[in-house]
Amino acid sequence: MLKPECVGQPSIGVVSVGFSCRPCAVQPPPARYGGRHTVTLIPGDGIGPELANHVRELFWFCCVPVDFELVNVDSSLTAEDDINNAIMSIRRNGVALKGNLETNHNLPPSYKSRNNLLRTSLDLYANVMHCQSLPGVKTRHRNIDIMIIRENTEGEYSSLEHESVPGVVECLKIITRVNSLRIADFAFQTARQNGRRRITAVHKANIMKLGDGLFLECCKEVASGYPDIAFDTLIVDNATMQLVSRPQQFDMMLMPNLYGNVVSNVCAGLVGGPGLVPGANHGEHYALFEAGTRNTGRSIANRNSANPTAMLLASCLLLDHLKLPAYAHMIRRATLSTVTETRMHTADLGGQASTSDVIKSIRNAIQSTGPLTQSI
Amino acid sequence: VAMAGNAWRSMIHTVTMIPGDGIGPEISSAVMKIFEAAKAPIQWEERNVTAIKGPGGKWMIPPDAKESMDQSKIGLKGPLKTPIAAGHPSMNLLLRKTFDLYANVRPCVSIEGYKTPYTDVNLVTIRENTEGEYSGIEHVIVDGVVQSIKLITEDASRRIAEYAFEYARNNQRSSVTAVHKANIMRMSDGLFLRKCREVAETYKDIKFTEMYLDTVCLNMVQDPTQFDVLVMPNLYGDILSDLCAGLIGGLGVTPSGNIGANGVAIFESVHGTAPDIAGLDMANPTALLLSAVMMLRHMGLHEYGKKIETACFDTIRDKKVLTKDLGGNSKCSEFTADICRRVVDMD
Repeated sequence: MLKPECVGQPSIGVVSVGFSCRPCAVQPPPARYGGRHTVTLIPGDGIGPELANHVRELFWFCCVPVDFELVNVDSSLTAEDDINNAIMSIRRNGVALKGNLETNHNLPPSYKSRNNLLRTSLDLYANVMHCQSLPGVKTRHRNIDIMIIRENTEGEYSSLEHESVPGVVECLKIITRVNSLRIADFAFQTARQNGRRRITAVHKANIMKLGDGLFLECCKEVASGYPDIAFDTLIVDNATMQLVSRPQQFDMMLMPNLYGNVVSNVCAGLVGGPGLVPGANHGEHYALFEAGTRNTGRSIANRNSANPTAMLLASCLLLDHLKLPAYAHMIRRATLSTVTETRMHTADLGGQASTSDVIKSIRNAIQSTGPLTQSI
Repeated sequence: VAMAGNAWRSMIHTVTMIPGDGIGPEISSAVMKIFEAAKAPIQWEERNVTAIKGPGGKWMIPPDAKESMDQSKIGLKGPLKTPIAAGHPSMNLLLRKTFDLYANVRPCVSIEGYKTPYTDVNLVTIRENTEGEYSGIEHVIVDGVVQSIKLITEDASRRIAEYAFEYARNNQRSSVTAVHKANIMRMSDGLFLRKCREVAETYKDIKFTEMYLDTVCLNMVQDPTQFDVLVMPNLYGDILSDLCAGLIGGLGVTPSGNIGANGVAIFESVHGTAPDIAGLDMANPTALLLSAVMMLRHMGLHEYGKKIETACFDTIRDKKVLTKDLGGNSKCSEFTADICRRVVDMD
């Protein structure tokens, strides 16, 4: 019943790590016409467009039965037409792959973060990030394997602020029983499906007694229904301290929105940085895949130096979701072997390879394993 | 009243010492012993801090403690236990409110000899300590929906920003980074950011940058050397200061200072009371000692601070008399005696 998703291989072969994670929510299969899936693709800003192109080209190369519906969102416009088009497209297709959209935080509050709008409009309530140490990537800590489940729609990201008196701003953090129960249930079901033995809830209920207190209460309630999975809690500041000293102690971590932001970035940094870890956002009806730490990478845009690993692994999560496991496995295997065996590393990993070097290496790896690809 | 450097240094300064609970008394006496060995011009005034109910039913600290602090302006505090369901707020909160301790300062420097995966950490976190997410204002809107209010004010933001830049200038730090999440919390963190920018204008000699909280976390665990002084609102400060403490070895070796209005400053160790080892001569006084060193620097007594800090680091680097938490099995008194010996030898 409890089948671990990871399949460990001896060190000679490719470590077929379970970067995929089957989430629990029973979702209807996305739209599928003529055997081909249509997926919304939002390139985003910074390194987004170039990486989106690489995904498209690689999918074409591998003859993946996915057609991308490209939706450009111009984050410099204050009108919300672009993002609404994107939302409509995702409602239609059911799945999306996206790059990060820049938010100019100097604009007035009426200009909302486009990324956040997507998540809240589509009710993508669960953010899943699987951080795993990779052989061949130099980091200070080894043997990290943490799955992070982060509530993705409420908490501190409710965008409810007002200036009650000039010079005094109130920002509301909302925690609800419904959403807390929902994310806790998602976490426990995902844990079961992926062979996770322990969930640690991260909170600050000693200070935010009602808000985080409610979140904890809901987690405990759900935990009681899963006696096979151990459950404990940890205050967020202690959690970060533990993460930088002994991250191996954690299995799965569950938390509200803002702490999720902090913890997922800490964990991504611990396993090698933003270029390596993909992220998934799940709702009841839709799924959205992206690079886990949601960076725009403005300073390295269009220099052919970005690390495509995170985006490619995100596209593999997408393929898992579309129930195309063979393609997912093929691309994931090639991508990971490029990082761990061939060790073709971009600058963020301390190497000197360009993005196209890495892509070429991945294509070679795919071609050498035999399946039919386009000839190039 | 400004005093010429030498006159100030030859004065004996009174410092209010709050030993605290658990291991508090033993580490406080360790610090006092070391200060005596260093012949530091400090006169300790011991006070206890417990919550008492004042006239009008408001919880407050004992009047003799308050009086001592108001006079001396400088305090050194050990860990205080936070009772659950005692009916009164935590002692730390009471102290904070009584003296308007608006800035929490934690210098995080890698300790040579106490190895962690991170070497060369040298940064300072400055955390706004009065408002933000810790305003304590929460409501149940309807059953199952809770709202917690995060309060950001112009005055508090300006005050902390000014302190951060002053600190940077006084301590020869080259840059200040404001940590925020204004992309999501546009109005509140936006206000904080605007005040930081305004203050930065008047400190052109210090470099000012802004960074998202998640980016700081991501970069901090990969390369902490890129950070210098960080200034931020309450919650981010809480998380980041503990994260940075984790980089250098934890709360047992991290100093901390709280700066208040009217020149009051209370330096403290931020670890717990460790009731399981209290009274067993096993405690590690490093955190309280380094906080005391921070206090000496704050008071302008830099040579004494340097002397005591060097002795402490030398003892740790030597690895011969380390307490249990540092990986040895010596007693607190042995550790303290070694530092005292080094301090005396330096003269």
